[in-house]
Amino acid sequence: MELIINGDRREVADGTTVEAVVRDLTASDGGGIPGGIAVAVNDEVVRRTEWNSPLGAGDHVDVLTAVQGG
Amino acid sequence: MTVDDPLVIAGTTFGSRLITGTGGAPSLEVLEEALIASGTELTTVAMRRVSPGTQGSVWDVLTRNGIRALPNTAGCFTAADAVRTARLGREALGTDWVKLEVVADEHTLLPDPVELLEAAEQLVDEGFTVLPYTNDDPVLAQRLEQLGCAAVMPLAAPIGSGLGIRNPHNLELIVERAGVPVIVDAGIGTASDAALAMELGCDAVLLATAVTRAQEPVRMASAMRDAVRAGRGARLAGRIPVRRHAQASSPDPD
Repeated sequence: MELIINGDRREVADGTTVEAVVRDLTASDGGGIPGGIAVAVNDEVVRRTEWNSPLGAGDHVDVLTAVQGG
Repeated sequence: MTVDDPLVIAGTTFGSRLITGTGGAPSLEVLEEALIASGTELTTVAMRRVSPGTQGSVWDVLTRNGIRALPNTAGCFTAADAVRTARLGREALGTDWVKLEVVADEHTLLPDPVELLEAAEQLVDEGFTVLPYTNDDPVLAQRLEQLGCAAVMPLAAPIGSGLGIRNPHNLELIVERAGVPVIVDAGIGTASDAALAMELGCDAVLLATAVTRAQEPVRMASAMRDAVRAGRGARLAGRIPVRRHAQASSPDPD
């Protein structure tokens, strides 16, 4: 199925979870997912405790982190 | 030194009255050194999409130095955008504190008062501790306080301009009327600007560019720490009145 991840179209396996997307973006070297990350799916925040929920085709997934600013 | 004169925001006590931003530093290493030199205990960060393969993070820097992170809503132009960003910041950093920033346009980066009030009201309703970046407008500052904001953060001058305090009279008016901490946010250029803000009665100073883009950020961070302390000390000490004519400080000759 296709997802929009941080604005880019990506083809992923059916049943891909939020956590899998986060892991792919932030811990592709096999390490742990770093702190300071938040996820929104279709503009709604997904709490970390719900990251094991599967995504649906066409979902917009935004993975954000704290950066220098302000 | 400030143990007997802490800054208290929403029931939380800070020994330092210098709040720092993190934007504009040449590297994370310089930023970390500057933050330590500034003595800050509260520091803003922005929320942005993750770029794969980024090494090191500002979050790690703050965590290992015991500095509290204050997520901001920089880059938001509408109340809806700001509310969404605040929720993401809360989730990412595990804090319900937010520096609320809703600007009108890229050119001036001035706060949009209508969107700001709307966002502040909604975030207060959602249980956030809201620290709004606002114009140096005493009426708007009062409205933000009435909505339940935990502080008001009027600008000294536009973001990144380094112009210093453009309207000290307005800042004094805001201070006189405020029941919450007044934090000067944006426009500080150098140490005397920070000291003046404190002398005018502001409770704290928030600055980033003045340090991060100084020729020597770490040295400037240390200067700002001293300036905020000196300005606060002078405010508490009570300055002499300004006179039009000389007044001898030595006794008259016999």
